[in-house]
Amino acid sequence: MQLWLIPIFPLIGFLINALLGRRLTKPVINAVACGSVALSFLWVLKSIMGAGSLEEPTIERYFTWIASGNFTVGADFMLDRLNSVMLCIVTGVGLLIHIYAVGYMSHEGGYYRFFSYMNLFMFFMLILVLGANFLILFVGWEGVGLCSYLLVGFYFQEKFAGDAGKKAFIVNRVGDFGFSLAMFLIANKFGTLDFGTVFSKAKDMPVEHSAGILTGICLLLILGATGKSAQIPLYTWLPDAMAGPTPVSALIHAATMVTAGVYMITRSQLMFNNAPIALETIAIIGLATAFFAATIGLCQTDIKKVFAYSTVSQLGYMFLGLGVGAYSAGVWHLMTHAFFKALLFLGAGSVIHALSGEQELSQMGGLRTKIPYTFWTLMCAGVAIAGIPGTSGYFSKEAILGAAYAHEPWMFWVGAFTAGMTAFYVFRALFLCFFGEYRGHQHPHESPLVMTGPLMVLAVLSLVGGFLFNIPHILEPNAPAEPENMMLTVIAVTFGVVGIALAYYMYVLKPNVAVQMANTFSGLYRLIYNKYFVDEAYDSVIVHPIEEGSRVMLWKGIDVGIIDRVVNDVGSTSRGFGKILRWAQAGNIRGYAAWVAFGGVLVLIALGLVGGGSK
Amino acid sequence: MTLLDLTIFLPLIGFLVLILMPRGNDELVRRVAIGIAVLVFLLSLGLIGPVMSAPKDFQFVQNTPWIDVMKINYHVGIDGLSMWLVILTTFLTPIAMLVSWKHIDQRVKEFFAFLLLLEFGMTGVFVSLDLFLFYTFWEVGLVPMYFLIGIWGHDRRIYAAVKFFLYTLAGSVLMLGAMIFIYNRAKTFDYVEILKNIQSGMLTFTHTEELLLFLAFFIAFAIKVPMFPLHTWLPDAHVEAPTAGSVMLASVMLKMGCYGLIRFCLPLFPGPAHDCAPWIMGLGVIGIVYGALVAMVQPNMKKLVAYSSVSHLGFVVLGVFTFTQAGLDGAVYQMLAHGISTGALFMLVGMLYERQHSLEIKSYGGVGTPAPNLTTVFVIATLASIGLPLLSNFVGEYLVLQGASKVNMLGTVFAATGPIFAAVYMLWMVQRVFYGKTDGNLHMSDLTMREYIALVPMIAMMVWMGVYSQTFLPAASSQNAEILKMSQDRRTAVADIAKPGQQEVRDAR
Repeated sequence: MQLWLIPIFPLIGFLINALLGRRLTKPVINAVACGSVALSFLWVLKSIMGAGSLEEPTIERYFTWIASGNFTVGADFMLDRLNSVMLCIVTGVGLLIHIYAVGYMSHEGGYYRFFSYMNLFMFFMLILVLGANFLILFVGWEGVGLCSYLLVGFYFQEKFAGDAGKKAFIVNRVGDFGFSLAMFLIANKFGTLDFGTVFSKAKDMPVEHSAGILTGICLLLILGATGKSAQIPLYTWLPDAMAGPTPVSALIHAATMVTAGVYMITRSQLMFNNAPIALETIAIIGLATAFFAATIGLCQTDIKKVFAYSTVSQLGYMFLGLGVGAYSAGVWHLMTHAFFKALLFLGAGSVIHALSGEQELSQMGGLRTKIPYTFWTLMCAGVAIAGIPGTSGYFSKEAILGAAYAHEPWMFWVGAFTAGMTAFYVFRALFLCFFGEYRGHQHPHESPLVMTGPLMVLAVLSLVGGFLFNIPHILEPNAPAEPENMMLTVIAVTFGVVGIALAYYMYVLKPNVAVQMANTFSGLYRLIYNKYFVDEAYDSVIVHPIEEGSRVMLWKGIDVGIIDRVVNDVGSTSRGFGKILRWAQAGNIRGYAAWVAFGGVLVLIALGLVGGGSK
Repeated sequence: MTLLDLTIFLPLIGFLVLILMPRGNDELVRRVAIGIAVLVFLLSLGLIGPVMSAPKDFQFVQNTPWIDVMKINYHVGIDGLSMWLVILTTFLTPIAMLVSWKHIDQRVKEFFAFLLLLEFGMTGVFVSLDLFLFYTFWEVGLVPMYFLIGIWGHDRRIYAAVKFFLYTLAGSVLMLGAMIFIYNRAKTFDYVEILKNIQSGMLTFTHTEELLLFLAFFIAFAIKVPMFPLHTWLPDAHVEAPTAGSVMLASVMLKMGCYGLIRFCLPLFPGPAHDCAPWIMGLGVIGIVYGALVAMVQPNMKKLVAYSSVSHLGFVVLGVFTFTQAGLDGAVYQMLAHGISTGALFMLVGMLYERQHSLEIKSYGGVGTPAPNLTTVFVIATLASIGLPLLSNFVGEYLVLQGASKVNMLGTVFAATGPIFAAVYMLWMVQRVFYGKTDGNLHMSDLTMREYIALVPMIAMMVWMGVYSQTFLPAASSQNAEILKMSQDRRTAVADIAKPGQQEVRDAR
């Protein structure tokens, strides 16, 4: 099937734009960047069409990457139902975002650099999705982290961008630390990192109700997933990552990269099924993240930050789905989220573009009539994320909440309440942006077709994508259909509608209510507005002690204070020797030759003495 | 006269030729020097084919009497373990010359001559099959490095050079003593013969003797690696050394210590090597974490990279003493990869120094704007150094940790924090040097053609080693398997004779 062609197109695009981009004109750069992604999208479609039912994965082996003794890792790609879905999302949504970026970035410097990084990202993301063993997946995993670093820090002249990029990379490295330890355990336990062998062996192991090797592996994998997918405790990098250009936020930090953790866990489900403790951990992490991130989203004033916390929160829903065993529901939400969240970000980008870079909600308002395409498409995304019946978000969120209820009813209630908050904060942002009076000082203008076109496509997908692509049916065609619990659906939808209504009341009908509430509960408001001071806590508990400890104790203390002092004391007691050395150096070559001769004689004498002694 | 002999001696001939050349024509000196270095590199490529076909056996063996009285032979040979190290040396020497091209304008003749002498000594170390010959080359390599630091170094060059010399000398005196002791017993300095006799049980030492011999060799090599806590000469040496000196020191000279551990400590003294392994692995792990943490707070770029070397070479030590195939393979791969990535970083730091005349991070900022290509190359080298997959260092670090996890999971957990801290210190430096707004005082030009010629091969090697490890790994891997087997066999045999009761205990472990 030549699966390798799928990532190769963007790689070629990257190489062309990175090496020659400075000398190319913008249309050529656009053609290379978008064309390469389009080709890989077409090749994905062709591969899937030609693959048949994909009951069993197709595996292609190219070459041995690492071999040591009887441990080998191949450069192997695979295609099955799960990654077919992922490939379509990554290349399809990726293509739309690339096209959008042509318009969005048209006034920016470093144009070719931007598109070369974007293509490089596509390359690594596709490797991540195609990899047929843990290490190839890890290649993509680290690679997308690199591209995230490069793109978040795209405006590298600004300090906040550099800081945010570095933070994203390092926090992800903490997750990767867990991922790599998990790989070591897997290789030691199963002798290979190939998905097929590992999972078939893991499936036959007994279910671990207490601590065991599978539980250990799965918990370490979860640590990896919390990094990449921005879950508690490693979510803090994602909101900062909004420092990157908005198409990057849409592509990497909403639609694709951040879902890698969800994909990886779904991929490893046979292993997780035998580690119920790990599954429970995922569910709790997911639910807690969904809830806390949503509360933070309530008070953010930067439009991109609102959507960033919303992403963290929605990823929490996906984790909840995985944790309660509804893997396909999690992937379904992954897909619908890719549609509506990419749209929310691209729409926000269109607003920012219209306002020449303004991101504060307080500087917006009344844009409904000024940028109508953006307004209407964003409304589609809003109703989808709020889970209004019929929209894509409705299907996937109901599937997750239903499974959560079957697992633990209280999880459903927390999830449903969070859905209400989600609807509230998203519509709060949309109302602040589009309704009321315009509060800023720019001259808003609608974006060009190259930007609004992708918005419209995504709007359609946000509305009908959940219905069109029934992921649980695609992934598990033989599984019995879940009986629908109308009661649960009604409750969850009610929360969503109430959220929207409340937002309408507080931000359109009575704009003063919000301010009053913030004043009444000022302590709580400040706590939430400052994101519970988690960043500050991490800084003072982890970052600062390590840095100061390294400087004061290790470097100045041990290295200079102890080891070097001992060495120098030894050196100064034999300063005469040092003088000889200095003399040797001054004497240059001839002096040195004498030295060698002298040393040689000394050695020979020593040899003679010792040798003679032992005879 | 084999191809290997030619590879060893051509640099020495070059050294003599340069010394005899008249002063004054610096450009000619440079051209002759690099011509010889490139020729040596091309010749050394001819070693690959034959060695790859039988990596377990020594190839191009030459064994002729040198000092007859002491039965010291000129005995050289090359196998899968030493081949890539020799090629690393011959590959980097011309590149080191290229980066010194304009920067060195005092005593040009001597400088380039010393680089060739250095190449001679280092190549010799990797191919010597006679203990005394090994020692001779070891010391021959020491001298030109001492002068490179002491003459062409920065302000505190004398302190750094003497520190470097004394540290290494202290180790090598111990090693020489141990060699003489072995000679008295074995009546030969010949490595192959001694190894054979130890393997067959013809040459035995008491437990204490063996331990002391092992420690003597080990300390000499550990200083060179350098291993925590014997590492403090390295930051000073690097900071004061001229760029070419730093490159050769980090990329090749440190590997002499690593090579010695594998070639001598493991097969010759398997008993104590196994017994001490947990302690040594512990020091390796400490080195990884400690080096990374101290690197993080360095205000000086060269010191930062130097401490990062302490961290990276901790992986090598850890890998070697896991006594696992993956660990040893990873260690050898890490040696080569570190040679490329850290060599490139020192070259780039040198290029920054040539432009701004400072090694302090705070003298920079916003370099990315005036010098985008320099920045790009620096970032690639950084990414290789912090172990990004598909670049050189990842393969080595992964295999070392994979091997270590079989032996000691707790140590592996600590060691695996190394890549996290590596990202912290390297990316932080990148941010402070290259990102941000450009300071008005910064006059920075981008890469010149000569610098491209030096850097592009390095980048190419980083990618090659990261994407297709099969070019480099199999040769070393099969020789590692052999060394591992020798070490294991001998140990079992000794254990059988000495303490039959403890056999099961050891096996169980």
